[in-house]
Amino acid sequence: MARFEFFGEGLPDIDLAELKGKLIVLEGTDGVGRSTHIGLLKQWLENHGHAVLDTGMTRSALAGKRLKQAKEGHTLGGITMSLFYATDFADRLENEIIPALRAGFVVLTDRYIYSLMARAIVRGASPEWLHEVYGFALRPDAIFYLRVNIGDLVTRVLQSTGFDYWESGMDMHMGEDLYESFVRYQKWLLAEFDKMVETHGFQIIDASGSIEEVFENLRDRVDRVVARNGYRV
Amino acid sequence: MTGGMKMYGKHRLPGRLFIVEGIDGSGKSTQLSLLQKWLEAEGYVVYFSEWNSSPLVRDVTKRGKKKKMLTPITFSLIHATDFADRTEHDIIPPMKAGAVVLADRYIYTAFARDVVRGVSPQWVRELYDFAVKPTVAFYFRTPLDIAMKRILGGRDAIKYYEAGMDLALSDDIEESFRLFQGRIIEEYEKMVEEFNLVPIDATRSIEEQQAEVRRIVSDALTGTRKTQVRRWLDLNSLGKGSRI
Repeated sequence: MARFEFFGEGLPDIDLAELKGKLIVLEGTDGVGRSTHIGLLKQWLENHGHAVLDTGMTRSALAGKRLKQAKEGHTLGGITMSLFYATDFADRLENEIIPALRAGFVVLTDRYIYSLMARAIVRGASPEWLHEVYGFALRPDAIFYLRVNIGDLVTRVLQSTGFDYWESGMDMHMGEDLYESFVRYQKWLLAEFDKMVETHGFQIIDASGSIEEVFENLRDRVDRVVARNGYRV
Repeated sequence: MTGGMKMYGKHRLPGRLFIVEGIDGSGKSTQLSLLQKWLEAEGYVVYFSEWNSSPLVRDVTKRGKKKKMLTPITFSLIHATDFADRTEHDIIPPMKAGAVVLADRYIYTAFARDVVRGVSPQWVRELYDFAVKPTVAFYFRTPLDIAMKRILGGRDAIKYYEAGMDLALSDDIEESFRLFQGRIIEEYEKMVEEFNLVPIDATRSIEEQQAEVRRIVSDALTGTRKTQVRRWLDLNSLGKGSRI
């Protein structure tokens, strides 16, 4: 029997029983350290003999480059951007994620449809509509939600890249300056993520500790996911 | 900030939206262009919505097609992205301003084409739920043989995706095109009732079709804004020896 299932109306011509790998998602707002932990997990899994594919948003061969440019130019409307992201995601799902799962890889993905839905919702898209649109997505084996409070988030962002136009939701005119806008936008995103914890079965990871602490926590949980169905680290 | 997403049939805009649908060679573009001339002469503010979406989205579509990178789902999604851009930039703003908006092909093209490619009919309908519901959607009903004659007689080579070559219906591009368009017609026919498409018998003369189209549009235009400028320059009144 197939381990995987689709959220809703699935992809045509896909035999779910063929998918043998594991699909593990890291979610969370900007600046919580998702990419750092993906890198660490990948190394650790590979050291233990697992083939790993890591992937993330705006990396599709089809739309990735143009989507990044669209963000920089910020001329596209909210629904258009949501669908552009969905196109990018679908291309990666069909051409990277599913083939890797078929080949028995552990797929680590930096964000999944949850981030895309949260961003689209705060930009005015209806949650029900997004649910239907993303009906073709696979339900992951596990979703780890790296969570920090807004105060810690501000500190981290200031220490790394500074406030980015999109991550501050400036396209939505939410505040007079980047700081004000960032805080409001990220709070709103956090609230949307929090709503998804139960509906989508997120496992919350407290991301406010040191990198080592957070990683140990994540590693133990990933170990359990990978060990299911006869895999062993 | 965005005022929340309006769904199909829920937009309340003062303008009007008339769209034409039908397979290639049904003569729908000719009819729409004649309708546009008449509406302009009548003094309506007419906005013709072209498929001129953002270069970024267009590039992705072009590249995906050229390199044959598209699956039924990504084909559907990139066209929906393109259509969303058109809705947000090209359809909603002029309709808010009270214009008469005309569009050559609309969401029903996507429903027919994507379903023939194997995408779920429910999914593609949900995908386009943000679209503005047309005031009138005309469907130019044409037997396949007539359309094929018109197309093969006078146009450039049929393209890969246009002919549905990705569906592997036939190795011969003309035969593939015929089979593909035949299936598109079946989908259109199913939609006539579902979406209240107004069928126009496209085997009749151009003039007869246009007269019917104008009659239907005319009934749907009560209370729509007209320009003052055009009325002032009305050639009919000049000919009747009015003040000027």
